[in-house]
Amino acid sequence: MTRHVVATVDQIPPGRRLLVTLGGREIGIFNIAGEYFAIGNRCPHNGASLCKGRIVGLVEASEPGCYQFSRRGEFVRCPWHGWEFDLRTGKSRCEPDRTKVRSYDLKVEPGGALTDDTLRAETFSVSVEQQYVVVEI
Amino acid sequence: MTVMDVERGQSAKYQLQVIDCDIHPAMTSWKEIHPYLEKRWIEHLAVYGSHLRHAFSEALSHPRMSPDAARVDAYPEEGGPPGSSLDLLQKQHLDPNGVEIGMLIPLRWNPGSQRNLNLGVALTRAMNTWQVERWIKQEPRLRASVLIAQEDTEGAVAEIDARGGDPNFTQILVLPRTDEPLGRRRYWPIFEAAVRNNLPITIHVGGTGGHPSTAGGWASYYMEEHHMVVQAMQAVLASLVFEGVFERFPKLRIVIMEGGLGWIPSFNARMDKHWNRLRSEVPQVKRPPSEYIRNQVWFTTQPMEEPGSSAALIDLFDRIGWDRLLFATDYPHWDFDDPRTAFKANLSEAQRHQLLYGNARTFYGFDE
Repeated sequence: MTRHVVATVDQIPPGRRLLVTLGGREIGIFNIAGEYFAIGNRCPHNGASLCKGRIVGLVEASEPGCYQFSRRGEFVRCPWHGWEFDLRTGKSRCEPDRTKVRSYDLKVEPGGALTDDTLRAETFSVSVEQQYVVVEI
Repeated sequence: MTVMDVERGQSAKYQLQVIDCDIHPAMTSWKEIHPYLEKRWIEHLAVYGSHLRHAFSEALSHPRMSPDAARVDAYPEEGGPPGSSLDLLQKQHLDPNGVEIGMLIPLRWNPGSQRNLNLGVALTRAMNTWQVERWIKQEPRLRASVLIAQEDTEGAVAEIDARGGDPNFTQILVLPRTDEPLGRRRYWPIFEAAVRNNLPITIHVGGTGGHPSTAGGWASYYMEEHHMVVQAMQAVLASLVFEGVFERFPKLRIVIMEGGLGWIPSFNARMDKHWNRLRSEVPQVKRPPSEYIRNQVWFTTQPMEEPGSSAALIDLFDRIGWDRLLFATDYPHWDFDDPRTAFKANLSEAQRHQLLYGNARTFYGFDE
């Protein structure tokens, strides 16, 4: 596993997203109400850029005429055909085992804890007081 | 690490060569066609507006699963609806997807189902000129469709004859919700004009003719209606076959656009079975119905079927006929088919090329 420092937390405020390329892979980083998620950008169905999709919740019905809305903001909906992917797992709502996108481990760490070579190689100046978003691939 | 703009580049693996038979251009407002409309109709639109046989005249019958039925990523930065920006069409679709020729299929405003027939004819004339002036003159990869007000046969024929021979126009566009089933004799002068001008008639799903969008009435949900487009296409083909249109016009060529594919073999088999038993009611149908379909009807591929196995898709293409399939993307609509990923089957490079490019090139005569 290689750790990549991708941004400071204030570069991806709540509700925003950032597309990065790490090791040749496009990865979308999402900040949902202060919680960070990282998934592959390419929709496994037909290749659309998931980073351009809307963030949605889950609408379910126990029976016709009754519906529940839950997990607000925890899914990204593909901008083309509307496949919904769980940002926590990368799995699609309708075919979770077959149609899924990779999700990546992501951590928020203080600059002071980041003392490995990966961070030193970054060109932007590092202020150790800041909080950083770190992805492992 | 680099922070990138979210754009999809041309895949280095495939050098794509595509003819896209279904691209939907949009206007930013009615004013775009004012230069091509008589003053009388500009005033008419300002005072009365357009009148379709359909509630909420300027709206679709069901809210789509996304606004404008569009890809979420297809909104131009400068504003306006998806499909209204030539710059975005080029950067997002024509260039990265290797589109050598793209067919314009203007859907909104429905000049073909205006209740005021004179307005309908005037709108078709204006929108046909608009396609050339606003789109093709700026982007020579594009081609126009001859819009017609099919309920005014005389006006429709005049417009076909006016555009016939103009290489900017590759086909005549009709939506399937016509006032009567399309094979009825009132429409035959249109078929005659199509053959005379060597233009195929393309029937694209949709329309606002006033009939409910399903045979059982108005659907509750968009998803429900979206499946029922197949019914409209089956009604069109059955009418053309049993009224004897294909027999009467053996050179007529029909394109069924965006109607799906999976139903075609079973529909053909069912018509043939009934023809074997009930033929004497329709003696004008001299051959098994599937033969007319096989010889005179082509189908666009989008929205591509996804049966779950490569063999099932290849079997479907075998049964329809590989040379009858014309690739289409439906850009900028949400159910867009990407030429790289649309066919979930193990195709040879030759088969892929035939579907994406070769068939349309031959069918529309681009290789002549």
